[in-house]
Amino acid sequence: MSVELLRITDLHAFYGESHILHGVDLRVDRGEVVILLGRNGAGRTTTLKAIMGLVGSRSGSIMINGVEASDLPPHKIARLGVGYCPEERGIYSSLTTEENLMLPPLVGSGGMSLEEIYGMFPNLAERRATQGTRLSGGEQQMLALARILRTGAKLLLLDEISEGLAPVIVQALSRTIQTLRQKGYTILLVEQNFRFALPLADRFYVMEHGQVVEGFSASELPAKMSALQAQLAV
Amino acid sequence: MTTVFGVPLAVILGQLMLGLVNGAFYALLSLGLAVIFGLMGVVNFAHGALYALGAFAALLGMKWLGLNYWVALLAAPAAVAVLGLAAERALLRHVYKLPPLYGLLLTFGLALVIEGTLFQLFGSSGDSYPVPEALRGAWNLGFMILPIYRGWVILASIVVCTGVWFVIERTRLGATLRAARENGALLQSFGVNVPLLFAATYGGGAALAALAGVLAAPVILVTPHMGSSLVIVVFAVVVIGGMGSILGAIVSGLGLGLIEGFTKVVYPEASNVIVFVIMAVVLILRPAGLFGKE
Ligand SMILES: Nc1ncnc2c1ncn2[C@@H]1O[C@H](COP(=O)(O)OP(=O)(O)O)[C@@H](O)[C@H]1O
Ligand SMILES: [Mg+2]
Repeated sequence: MSVELLRITDLHAFYGESHILHGVDLRVDRGEVVILLGRNGAGRTTTLKAIMGLVGSRSGSIMINGVEASDLPPHKIARLGVGYCPEERGIYSSLTTEENLMLPPLVGSGGMSLEEIYGMFPNLAERRATQGTRLSGGEQQMLALARILRTGAKLLLLDEISEGLAPVIVQALSRTIQTLRQKGYTILLVEQNFRFALPLADRFYVMEHGQVVEGFSASELPAKMSALQAQLAV
Repeated sequence: MTTVFGVPLAVILGQLMLGLVNGAFYALLSLGLAVIFGLMGVVNFAHGALYALGAFAALLGMKWLGLNYWVALLAAPAAVAVLGLAAERALLRHVYKLPPLYGLLLTFGLALVIEGTLFQLFGSSGDSYPVPEALRGAWNLGFMILPIYRGWVILASIVVCTGVWFVIERTRLGATLRAARENGALLQSFGVNVPLLFAATYGGGAALAALAGVLAAPVILVTPHMGSSLVIVVFAVVVIGGMGSILGAIVSGLGLGLIEGFTKVVYPEASNVIVFVIMAVVLILRPAGLFGKE
């Protein structure tokens, strides 16, 4: 078993005629939490979508667990053990909370049980019969995250999960990510919220104009801090 | 003798019962249309032809293979489902991303091909299918003599419609279907083979049409075009219930059958148009249909 769980090489992605990603290179090792930073519009969401096969078209190489995924349809990519939590959360309004939770099929062994998930997110247990989109923003985010923990996916792609949430909820999410990391999940996290992201990560990548322009480890962060803040300022 | 508006109550009840038999067919057919439209956004103009195909499958199964009615009730829908599945994979899947008109034209073409083929092979004079032994005879309900077979049609339709409703609204498979109709791309990224789900849904809708065809075979003349006029009424039923609404299709199917029956008593001249008049009124007052989401 190689250490590398995800390796992306020279990834280009398109929405129709618009060329959005211009040769993205990045790597995530087993058990790592890697954070993808960048300004709005840098192409971070598109990178996650391209991994899942949800863009118009793509070229380049996406190796997941040693399998070339760039020419697979989305359902087969998921079955390589990938769980995707989209930026817009994607909670289904025609499904209850529990139906949302039970929706994704198993894609690997060793996923969390429903009891474990409800233990981790007690709010969801209380509101299991509620229509998914009637949950609060924070609860919907918990649900979107919880939904991919049941499936046995080992590689989690999480897009701006702290966006627009109250500080207490962001703290709870931060603890959740730490727990998941201890449980051995591998996480590629798109973030803009520094205070949320910094304590969690093993490594960082910075994206600009559809390319990864920089990569560094958590230990290099203090020296980079001020330059980074300028780079990411809107 | 009790009368309502000068009409004997027994006559009214009798017509309502016959209306309910028609409504049973409306409900089954509009249910299939609603399932297909709800998930795929395709207005399935081939539905009447698939209904005819179900009746022919029962007829030919009996003539060529000696299959009885009860076997036909399962085998004919299964055969038509396979055909529907193949048609979806070969043709229909190419039009989902195009404007709805393309799906409509394609399925209309499919209807012409199916009905034309049946016509070439079997002519237009039609054939009759015997009422199965166990369902011959009639019940005396007091206000009318109800042929047992018609009672069976009502019962079968209600059971099947309730079953389909239950599967879609209350089971995990149904939750997957509802999710596919809301956001199929995300569902596929969770690992569900959504293209296969679409094919299976079209097959399922086709099977419902074929089942209605088998149920109808003993009470009508089986001809290649037996579905073409019926399906026009059924489209009106679907519009009244709300395009794509499962409950709407079932309730308005049965309800409009009853209303048609009642119209036959009070103003027979209007019985053929009453459904369309109601459709016009519903479209004006509630364009999304009685059960549709605005
Ligand atoms: N569906 C789409 N069609 C066309 N362009 C898009 C689409 N989605 C995003 N883009 C464009 O792609 C670029 C990258 O967007 P995105 O990946 O969402 O950035 P980020 O997540 O880093 O904010 C932006 O310029 C955006 O306008
Ligand atoms: Mg984004």
